[in-house]
Amino acid sequence: MTDLTKLTIAEARDKLAARDFTATELTESYLGAIETGNEALNAYIAVTGDIAREQAKASDAKIAAGEARPLEGIPLGIKDLYATKGVHTQACSHILDGFKPEYESTVTQNLFDDGAVMLGKLNMDEFAMGSSNETSYYGNVVNPWRRNGSDTALVPGGSSGGSASAVAAHLCAAATASDTGGSIRQPAALTGTVGIKPTYGRCSRWGMVAFASSLDQAGPIGRTVRDNAILLKSMASVDAKDTTSVDAPVPNYEDFIGKSVKGMKIGIPKEYRMDGMPEEIEKLWQQGIAWLKEAGAEIVEISLPHTKYALPAYYIVAPAEASSNLARYDGVRYGLRVPGNDIVEMYENTRAAGFGDEVKRRVMIGTYVLSAGYYDAYYLKAQKVRTLIKQDFDTVWADGVDAILTPTTPDAAFAPGEITDPVTMYMNDVFTVTANMAGVPGISIPAGLNKDGLPLGLQLIGKPFDEGTLFQVGEVIEQAAGRFEPSTNWWSK
Amino acid sequence: MSVDLNTVKRVAGLARIKVDDAQAEKMTGELNVILGFVEQLNEVNVDGVEPMTSVVETTMKKRVDGQTDGGYADKVVSNAPVHEDNFFTVPKVVE
Repeated sequence: MTDLTKLTIAEARDKLAARDFTATELTESYLGAIETGNEALNAYIAVTGDIAREQAKASDAKIAAGEARPLEGIPLGIKDLYATKGVHTQACSHILDGFKPEYESTVTQNLFDDGAVMLGKLNMDEFAMGSSNETSYYGNVVNPWRRNGSDTALVPGGSSGGSASAVAAHLCAAATASDTGGSIRQPAALTGTVGIKPTYGRCSRWGMVAFASSLDQAGPIGRTVRDNAILLKSMASVDAKDTTSVDAPVPNYEDFIGKSVKGMKIGIPKEYRMDGMPEEIEKLWQQGIAWLKEAGAEIVEISLPHTKYALPAYYIVAPAEASSNLARYDGVRYGLRVPGNDIVEMYENTRAAGFGDEVKRRVMIGTYVLSAGYYDAYYLKAQKVRTLIKQDFDTVWADGVDAILTPTTPDAAFAPGEITDPVTMYMNDVFTVTANMAGVPGISIPAGLNKDGLPLGLQLIGKPFDEGTLFQVGEVIEQAAGRFEPSTNWWSK
Repeated sequence: MSVDLNTVKRVAGLARIKVDDAQAEKMTGELNVILGFVEQLNEVNVDGVEPMTSVVETTMKKRVDGQTDGGYADKVVSNAPVHEDNFFTVPKVVE
């Protein structure tokens, strides 16, 4: 039975339709894998077996009645940042202690409406602030990948570290994730999985715990490009409850899989090279270029001159928005309350006890850059730089480029505690953050292994609302590179 | 620009986060590293550049000005750490 967890979503969907096994059997396989594997990985912080079994049973009835929906019976993990009615929803923060929403996020509702099964809630960096899943109140997530011949634990990346680890270790068929500066693509790259951050506005943000509202976007992490295409089709929608969600038709993304990239123009930005970047990242990039060339694409060198300013601008815009969004955690309406002598002391005690160090740091930076006298020098300046970053991309699209190929991260997975300086940690997002700043979609595809046997990813950045092209080109890279799995399943006892 | 210990304590007050002297000291160093990092934006000429307001060109959506939801105060307060008769309860604010 454990073999069922090896299937992709596309394979499981077809076999469920062919009645090779039931949705209940598929869900039980995953619940079993979680039972034996989650202790070592700490990917799930809440397992919802009862809900999963009930949903799977309903799926079996739908299949029997010949009314299967697009994700009928597919078991998913849900990042703890999505509000799930009556179920643990804390963005892995202590300050949301005990919070069980009375409502469902639009993205999870869309998935359930299409027949998906929820296995549980996945670990993440606290409020999605982190690149290594070391800031969660619920402890570190462990990457199923290890260096060759080593049993040192490695981080899965972040903030969607639980999602990436669970997908790579086959503890779910795929997972929801979210990306504010790279939180889908960076962990996908570090775990040999595929993850897409769609265009800003493609998915509704309603019911997602807010970090930086002008940057946050929902997306999936899965084991293949096709599985990402299947999931995004269900996740994306226009929503009256999120005015920034865009009313544009959602294409059938799966139709883009297998289409030729002949004649497509792929841009290679010369600014995506960093001092001290390992040579194998450059080699991987060249390999990606060669694969696309062989597939008939035209490779052109391009320039995105403001690339290096994206990360510093991000570290003004994102903390500024976070300090506003996180003002709601005051010990009054939900979550933790630590008493004080008066209401202000209660606020201060609650927030001191409820927020972790990284969250405090960002709230402090945000409060400072928005405080009287500093707004123009920091926030306004950063938003102007952001306009320039977007113009860089607009120029490239106007020149006829269809997609941009870059490395996803400057290096492979590292050990917990290895990076202690915040700015060095922030550099993990140096290649992904530009897409958030400009609002354009980006996908990470596993493309090779480094000298230690750890996965590395290539990123494709696309035009606004042109996710289809990313799936099309991404699948060509996937076909050429093959798929990557850890050599043993050491976490399964 | 950089921050000193007093500024950090003032900002912590604005952010409503209690910090003791040792924490404020540590934060001062960390915040200055981050502020030093963002300093490189000064190299960029932004004369005549409009600040970003929305990454997607869009006209503001408007909805009908009517009540579309509500009538469940019990659910609204259900997650509050302390609540009474469908009200949030806080320490006394007016003497």
